This record gives sequence, structure tokens and C-alpha cells, in this order.
Amino acid sequence: MKLPILTTCATLLCSAALADEIWVTNEKDDTVSVIDIETMEVVRTIETGERPRGITFSKDYSVVYICASDSDAVQVMDPVTGEILYDLPSGEDPEQFVLHPDNRHLYIANEDDAITTVVDTETRTVVAQIDVGIEPEGMAVSPDGKIAITTSETTNMAHWIDTETQTLFANTLVDSRPRHAEFVKNGTELWVSAEIGGTISVFDVATQTEKAKIDFEIDNIHPDRVQPVGFEFTKDDTHAFVALGPSNHVAVVNAETYEVEEYILVGRRVWHLEFNRDRSQLFTTNGVSGDVTVVDVESRKALKSIKVGRFPWGAAFRPTE
Amino acid sequence: MITSRRACGVLCAMAISLASAARAEVAVHIHYLKQLVPAPPTLSNLDPIPEDLGLRGAELGLEDNITTGRFLGQTYSLSVTEIAPDGDFAAALRAALAETDLVVLDAPADEVTLAADLPEAADALLFNAGAADVALRDSACRTNVLHTLPSYAMKADALMQFFVTRRWDEIAMIAGDRAEDVAWADTLEASARKFGLRFGARKTWAFDADMRRNAAQEVPLFTQELGDYDVLLVADAADDFARYISYNTWRPRPVAGSEGLRPVAWHRVVEQWGAAQLQSRFEELAGRPMLDRDYAVWAAMRSIGEAVTRTGAADAATLRNYMLSDAFELAGFKGRPMTFRTWNGQLRQPIPLVHERALVAQAPLEGFLHQRSELDTLGLDQPESGCTAFAN
Repeated sequence: MKLPILTTCATLLCSAALADEIWVTNEKDDTVSVIDIETMEVVRTIETGERPRGITFSKDYSVVYICASDSDAVQVMDPVTGEILYDLPSGEDPEQFVLHPDNRHLYIANEDDAITTVVDTETRTVVAQIDVGIEPEGMAVSPDGKIAITTSETTNMAHWIDTETQTLFANTLVDSRPRHAEFVKNGTELWVSAEIGGTISVFDVATQTEKAKIDFEIDNIHPDRVQPVGFEFTKDDTHAFVALGPSNHVAVVNAETYEVEEYILVGRRVWHLEFNRDRSQLFTTNGVSGDVTVVDVESRKALKSIKVGRFPWGAAFRPTE
Repeated sequence: MITSRRACGVLCAMAISLASAARAEVAVHIHYLKQLVPAPPTLSNLDPIPEDLGLRGAELGLEDNITTGRFLGQTYSLSVTEIAPDGDFAAALRAALAETDLVVLDAPADEVTLAADLPEAADALLFNAGAADVALRDSACRTNVLHTLPSYAMKADALMQFFVTRRWDEIAMIAGDRAEDVAWADTLEASARKFGLRFGARKTWAFDADMRRNAAQEVPLFTQELGDYDVLLVADAADDFARYISYNTWRPRPVAGSEGLRPVAWHRVVEQWGAAQLQSRFEELAGRPMLDRDYAVWAAMRSIGEAVTRTGAADAATLRNYMLSDAFELAGFKGRPMTFRTWNGQLRQPIPLVHERALVAQAPLEGFLHQRSELDTLGLDQPESGCTAFAN
């Protein structure tokens, strides 16, 4: 048992001098792969609970939250030591979550239970449980913290939660199997991807009405295989990079015109994405090929593939200074 | 802190959603009708057919629909009739049609046809979730019946695509002598020829010995006469003798069809594409894995739910039109949107190829192309189908 401890110490010493990191959850390996952005190599592999999926850091990066779906827990980890500090009560089968701007409340999608659980990370208690549609997954909170969104995969809706009362105030239909949601443009727009529908719906937040729908079309790939899942925005929300699942491409969408400008070939079954610090590089998790593709945002070209664990799912950025 | 303006925004929004819910208030009643069929005697009773086969799929589909409906002011209810083997099917169906014009049938092909032809069913929407017979999608099709169970033809084509990909070009077959075995075997043979595979010897399983004791002695001799081949198909719809063929063939060859590598609508080994969630919801409800007919009944229930969600209607005509339109798509946990074929009412769907322990592949396989949808490389494509009723 001495060796692992030594290794941990060595990693600790090194990591102080190292550059920023991308943390990737490996759904079928029960680990997190930590990628050093400078060297583009995996520098640490950390064990987690079973079936880790959603991952996010606290606003000050002092802890990292990990959805260990099959352990029915949100694990709180010290990112420096890789040690799991404690589990938060999370409800059953937590898949994805979002941290409220107050840096205190986690909104967690409980995939098997059709519930959104709100957890106070300070008191480590469940504040509220909200009934939503079947297989909740996509989670978002508006920048002002007043609205939380849960999308439900089988009910095909975005559920709008008033965070003051923790109750639903609207439910809007989207296309089949919504996966991911993001507030953009200072919280005036909500984007929701629909994996099976093959679209992204753009909502006007003030009225909760759909103002645009984005379609994707890739030469020589049947539309059935073009399945938008995760997406992230460049600086100032001018462009969205959208992971298109089994089409193995990432789309670059102009966020003003809602037109797709480019498709970039990455690894197989691309799922979620994360930027580096200045958003000049994008890291995509490729579930089937078990790797992460690094995309240069400026040239919109894939630079490199980095082997990680089995079925990489989520990704989160960690600055190291 | 919520400002008063914001609070008003929330209130107004609630008022709007309540108003739209009130406007959209729809009550959907579905009847699940199961014709019980005595299972033929089989050599082994290791895997009894669950008594609640199909029914549990209806219950899960109902739950899924209710959860979705409650956000839209739409309610769903289900009634169930199980008809004894000597029961009066027509009378039971008439009673069901008196309640609702949305009926999910879990019954053999003859009953499906009988149901569709009842005058009371003329304007109803029936779902066939229990009969894989090709004829129901062919010349014996009916416009008031949609099929959520894949046909034998879809399953056979899925297997053949796999053989082509693997270059297992030469095929031999053993088929049972019950009518259903022969139908399955004929479909497999036709499919093999369609895909340009060489179909060699075909033998009928004629033993009546107890194979639990004799497989090791009988099967090598029985299969010796088949000559050489790459893969041995077994057509045994009732799961009678197929389990005794593997590893006892004269030549060391893989077995497929009713044993070994099997084409299915659903199986517990399907876990990609979000399927793990459907599997765990079903297991929690039923205490057993989801099987083909559970899945087909669930898909029928969810098709109704999806059409009601999108149209706000509950009448058979509107729902049928929507399901057969380009707008409809069902997320069926098999990686692609599922839609209905407009020429015969069959639900397009991928076919998993499985063995007991893992998913081997999922058809359509890469490289099998189609101008409309790759899913139409499985089963009766428009030019092949003898169904003309849907054209009118």
C-alpha cells in the first residue's frame, strides 16, 4: 500500500507547478482522468463512485462535485489530493447537476426518479425535491439565479423552476430526448438540445416561448445519426460548439443568426465539451472511442486526441493558480 | 430577493400555463387486450414465459404517459382484458371498443385480422404488439392497424446483414415443424436469398426424444448431413429444441436464429442509447427483464402518448394521421428516432442482435444504405410490400 501514497505525493509536488487542467469523468471506469492542458496528457487518474457522469467545480475551485450515478450520491472531492471528502444526499441516480450562482445550492437531476433534487452543500441537506418529467437530465440556472431548468428525456420538456419557491412555473415542449440546457446572452435566451429530435430549441426566457430552432445537416451522414447533446459557448456567447453524438462531429453555430458555420470531425459518440481558460481550446469527450479531442477554436481544427478511461462523459475546467 | 415585477412575471406565466392546460385538457383511455395462447410443450422448462408478458409494458407506458401528461393537463387511463384460450375474442374486443377507440392488441395474427375487420373497429386505431407474421404487413394489412412489434422479415434481414458483414456466406438451417417455425424458416430463407447468401441444406427437426439426455448423441449425427456451411440457422419459434443445438453440431460452427445469435426487438443486454434507464424502470416495475412483447406494447403506449402530447388530441383519426406523418418520432432507446412506415403501418426500428450475455451488433449495420432511411433496409420496403390499403 506504500506505492500509491508515494505516487500521490509526487503528483502533488508536480501539480503545483503545472498548468490548468480538464477533468473528465469516465462512466464505465469509475474514474476521473485529469488532463494537463499544457502537455495535453493525462497526469492523474482518480477513483470515484460508480458510474461518474456530471462533474462541476465550486466557484472557488476548492472542491469538485461528481455525480456517481450508480452509487446514488454526489461526491465532494478535494481536487488537490483527489480524496473524496464526503457524499452529499442526492436522491437516486443523480446524472447531471448545476451549481447555483450562490455557490451553495446544487440542482440535481435524478434520472430514475423523475425528480429534481435541490441540495444545500453547506448544511448537506436536501432543501427541496421537485417532480419533473421522466428521465431528467439537462440542468441550467439563469445568471441571476432566479430560474432553474430541468429537461426530461422521455417527457421531452424543459421544466422551468422558480428558485425562490422551488416550484415549476412553466413547462415547454421540445423535440425528442432533450439532453442539455444553457442560459446565454445574460440570461435572455435558453438553449435546449434534443438528441433524437436532432435540434436545438432557443427560447426567449422572458416569455418562455420558442424563438428559433437550429437544425444540423452533415454531408454523407444520415440525419438520424446527427444527435446534438452537450454544447458550450465561446467568449461573449457569439458561437456555440455543439457535440453531435454518433455523427462524431462538433458543430459551430453562429449564436446571432442560428446558422451552422462549420462541422469538425472528432472522436466517436462525442458527448460533452469544455473550454480552457481563455476559450481558445475546446476539449470534447468521445464516449465510444474513449478519448478526448482537443479543438483549436480559432482555426476550428482538431489538434489532438488524448486517450482517457472507458466511456468519457462529462468535462470540467480547473485553473491551477 | 424577488422584485415585484419578477413576481408578476411568474404569476402571469403560471396563469398562462394554467390557461393553456385548461384549454388542452384531454383524457386518453387505452385498452390492452391480450389473447392467452396455450404454450406448446417444450423439451425444457428452464425459461417459462412470464404470465405478465406484454402487460407490464402497458403499465410502464401508461406511467410514462401520465408523468408527461400531467404537465399538459392530459390524463391517461388503461383497462386490461385477458382472454382465456377458449374465450370469445370478438366479444371482448367489442366491449373494449365500446370504451375507447385506442386498443393495443397482444394476440396472434388471426385475432389481429379478426379484430381489424370488425365493423365496430372501422374507425378505431389498433396496435399489433404480439404478432410478427409478415402477412400482416403485406397483403393482409389493414389501415386501422399499426405494428410496433418487428416482423419476422425485419429480424431475418437484420441477421443476414450481419452474415454479409462477416462474410458468412453459406448457410444451413434446422427448422421445427410447427406452423410458426415454418413461417420463420421461410422468411429466413427468403432473406438469405435477398442478401445474396448461399442457402444450402435445410432439415426439419423431427425428433421426439428428450434432448436433455440425448443432444450429445443425436445432434452431431443430425447435423452431419448438412454438409459444410458458415453458420447454422435454427428456426424454433416456441423455444423447444434450439437450446440443444449449440456446441453439438457435427462441424464447429456458430448457431443463430432462435438460439445463439438472435435478432430481437428488445433484450436486457441493450444498455446504450439511454436504454439502461428504460431497463431499470421496467425492472423496478416488473421484477424481471423487459422482453420483446413488453417493449412492443410499451412502444404502442408511448406512440399514443407522443402523438397526444404533440397534437393535444385524443381521437383515433387525428392520432393516426399524426403518427403516419413526417412530424412523428418516437425515442425508443435504440439510438435512432423511430417512425411508422406509411405503406403498411410498421414501426421502423433498429434490431439488436444479441446473445444471452451481450449485444453483438445492432442492425441496420454500417454500409447497408437506403435512399429514405437505413432502417428501411430491414423488413418489407415499399416496393416489396403487397399492402395497398394504405395508399388510399
